[in-house]
Amino acid sequence: MRASHTQPGFLAALVHRLAGLALAIFLPIHFWALSGALSGADFLDKFLKVTQTPLIKIAEGGIVVALALHMALGLRVLAIEFLPVRERTRVAISICLAAGFAVGLAFLLNVV
Amino acid sequence: MTAILFIAQRASAAVLAFAVTVHLATILYAVRGGLTAGEVLGRTRDNHWFFAFYVLFVLAVAVHAPIGLRNVLREWTRWHGRSLDVALALFSVLLLILGIRAALAVYVSPERLFG
Amino acid sequence: MALDSESALAVDVWRGAAEGRFQTFQVPRRAHQTILDVVTEIQRDQDATLSYRFACRVGMCGSCAMVVNGRPRWTCRTRVSEAVTGDGKLQLEPLRNFTVVKDLTVDMAAFFDKWRDAKGHFEPAPIEKDGEPGSPMPQADFQVVPPATPERQAADAGIECIGCGVCHSACDVVAWNKDYLGPAPLNRAWTLVNDVRDAGNDARIDAVSGSAGCHACHSHMNCTEFCPRGIAPTYSIAGLKRAMISRALGRKS
Repeated sequence: MRASHTQPGFLAALVHRLAGLALAIFLPIHFWALSGALSGADFLDKFLKVTQTPLIKIAEGGIVVALALHMALGLRVLAIEFLPVRERTRVAISICLAAGFAVGLAFLLNVV
Repeated sequence: MTAILFIAQRASAAVLAFAVTVHLATILYAVRGGLTAGEVLGRTRDNHWFFAFYVLFVLAVAVHAPIGLRNVLREWTRWHGRSLDVALALFSVLLLILGIRAALAVYVSPERLFG
Repeated sequence: MALDSESALAVDVWRGAAEGRFQTFQVPRRAHQTILDVVTEIQRDQDATLSYRFACRVGMCGSCAMVVNGRPRWTCRTRVSEAVTGDGKLQLEPLRNFTVVKDLTVDMAAFFDKWRDAKGHFEPAPIEKDGEPGSPMPQADFQVVPPATPERQAADAGIECIGCGVCHSACDVVAWNKDYLGPAPLNRAWTLVNDVRDAGNDARIDAVSGSAGCHACHSHMNCTEFCPRGIAPTYSIAGLKRAMISRALGRKS
């Protein structure tokens, strides 16, 4: 593997991008599901029951992680572009990843 | 043109930083012990602040997601030019319509909608 | 007598141009050897048809840049011991994202064209002399630029670039977006944006704000990671992004 693809900065950008793609695919579905409430609370309840399966809970956890990671890594990009401080790249990325996964863990612990 | 897209992307990111934080906190709080429609709607029905928040959220997403997708598609596929821009503008409109509809769905009680 | 990895290197060298193959050479391992020593020995003692570049041999000119075991670097400043794999293997390739001329040499023309397109050259201020505007006469006295000013410090942080092309080779956006100007031209543009004597910044900021300009940078930071001069083009490009935003908002209001 070429050296440019093993650097933390590149991996961070890749995770940020893949998470963004996942979110872009998820969002229309999410909006459509919520719109079901227009048919009344029953529809939403049915929908929520149907999506109780472990597989879907894990997928939801994945989306929550994707959102948290995308935001944390995105905030890092904003910091690089707008703040006068030079980051210590490995440290900054580790913090972003840790925060993202911590949120995902909190979600899975709360939902189980 | 692309300078405007860049600025819009960063500006919407700033809005989303706030909105996503609120949304994640809400989700983490709401899913404790399971989620029911009654709970969700109990919070959001007729709640002006939540509605305004979601509308702002949807607007920011409708700007941010298509611009991000544009970068990915231009760099990772051969698609570029006018047809890509049009497709992404349509995606933006889709997000806007579906998103506002979803916000309305959890805000407006059926009696108000259907009389 | 078979040479083991303690006393010999197995060196895979790219031969050809865009199409080609790797040719393997055995090179004796010597103390304090650099990659440049290795490739020079191959060319002089084993295969005179091998094409490669070097000039100063001491890390000043950047001519010897190539990809060594997947990483773009200067061969004169890379010891074999730093780069070699555990089993004594080296792989030498020409810089990525350049057109290969032959073997390990690349065509730098497109790189310097992007330098030009980013307006990476100094624009002297037109001097009004005796009421004649725009006459390019030298000033009566030197312009005073205190080294401790923020602008000069920002320029100095990026001024040591010698155009070796390592960052251009390392950058994935350069690979993904053929029009992207690239870290080195943009870094140079930033040093000039911060040069208080320069009069060409309107055109320069326009040049780096186009569809292939500074905003195509996604801060992967490979340029900063691999620059042999320790320059951080990522932050220079961030500065251009801010300058572009200020300009755009200034124009609007």
